[in-house]
Amino acid sequence: MSTLSLTSAFSLLLKRDLVLAYRRRAELVNPMLFFVLVTAMFPLGIGNDAKLITAVGPGVVWVAALLAALLSLDSMFRSDFDDGSLEQFMLSAHPVSILVLAKILAHWLVTGLPLFIIAPLLAVLLNIPASAIPTLMLTLILGTPVLSLIGSVGVALTVGLRRGGVILSLLVLPLYVPVLIFATDAVKTAIVGIPTTAQLSILSAMLVGSLVLAPMATAASLRISLS
Amino acid sequence: MIIRFFHQMGSPRYFYKVAGKLIPWFMTGFLITLVWGLYNGLFIAPPDYQQGESYRIMYIHVPAAWMSMFIYVVMAVSGLISLVWRIKMTEIIVISSATVGASFTFLALATGSLWGKPMWGTWWVWDARLTSELLLLFLYLGIIALHSAIEDKRVAARAVSILALVGVVNIPIIHYSVEWWNTLHQPASITKFDKPSMDMSMLIPLLTMAISFKLYYGAVVLMRARAEIIERERNSRWVQEMVEEEAK
Repeated sequence: MSTLSLTSAFSLLLKRDLVLAYRRRAELVNPMLFFVLVTAMFPLGIGNDAKLITAVGPGVVWVAALLAALLSLDSMFRSDFDDGSLEQFMLSAHPVSILVLAKILAHWLVTGLPLFIIAPLLAVLLNIPASAIPTLMLTLILGTPVLSLIGSVGVALTVGLRRGGVILSLLVLPLYVPVLIFATDAVKTAIVGIPTTAQLSILSAMLVGSLVLAPMATAASLRISLS
Repeated sequence: MIIRFFHQMGSPRYFYKVAGKLIPWFMTGFLITLVWGLYNGLFIAPPDYQQGESYRIMYIHVPAAWMSMFIYVVMAVSGLISLVWRIKMTEIIVISSATVGASFTFLALATGSLWGKPMWGTWWVWDARLTSELLLLFLYLGIIALHSAIEDKRVAARAVSILALVGVVNIPIIHYSVEWWNTLHQPASITKFDKPSMDMSMLIPLLTMAISFKLYYGAVVLMRARAEIIERERNSRWVQEMVEEEAK
């Protein structure tokens, strides 16, 4: 075991987290259900005006995605923190930021990807034209990993707290603003029928940037939370 | 010499002593520049040719907005120092700055909306700068909330330092994305304060007010840092000796 390579450590951790998630299948549906429910509330609150619903649609989908991501963030390190395995990760010979990345990836596969899959349904509910649906899905697949990555820093800072939930939203939501802006803007532009390369490029840049920086910040935060 | 000075300032006891001597100077400087700046800004400077007398709120608004950003950068830099070199004093600076920074941000927002009422006709406009300032306020509040939620003050200081660093990386991104969002949805129809040139009789009071606010921040952050030092070091010998001496 002492010669376990970094890639196999990464994949083992990823597999472990996915198996753990699969064992609790009922919880898997929760973020998706929440996503659909929040989105369904908006037309009821706004009124049955097809044009208006189309206009707010992209924003609604994305705000619901932010909230769903926020809701599921807390589970990222919670059980590992409670049973002590998080401390074992800290003690391992591998760089913590890489191990953290495996956990973030597993978390995104479990909570972020379902949002991507169910998005076309919501787009239909919100009267978003079919021509804009591919863009909506593209923004989700580029944007939701950023939410998980940035969120992981917030979770790592609050994992040791008993009432971390409200603080977590205060820490993380302001940092989600750029993703929200560019993603909704891309969808709105696509509805009008203008190319969305600029917004999608910026979203990709955010993904790459947070992919590099966030795991390091998360690893440092975990060390502090566990000290 | 300079290196030795920094080493000494790293010790809470020495910092406490020096800060105690510095505070009166900062306070006097603050009061003098405040009175001079406000008098010149509110009474001497000519009214604006477009905005009339309403523009005078900028003598509070603009320095407060500058301070809100300046203090965040101070927090991020001292956060970095405290994470890398584990210096107690910079940790204390991070914490002591947060509340002052949040207050300046709030002041900038409040004066901005007071100015907006006669100028724009509403208290609040989703203008790019106002929005970034609001998000900055949320970042400050997050820092304060996280610090108060963690029991162990040294752990809290380090957690807050990381958060300040994450924030400082994100602030430019947030700012420019908000600007992008704003320009696309509501084209800038309102010109703001920063005309290409400002008359000297307006500019000098403004800069004086900026210095005044900086001195105020200096004084307050030192006071708060002293209070924090006493609280953290209450069991150490030098604090007890000092208290006994003052009791005599």
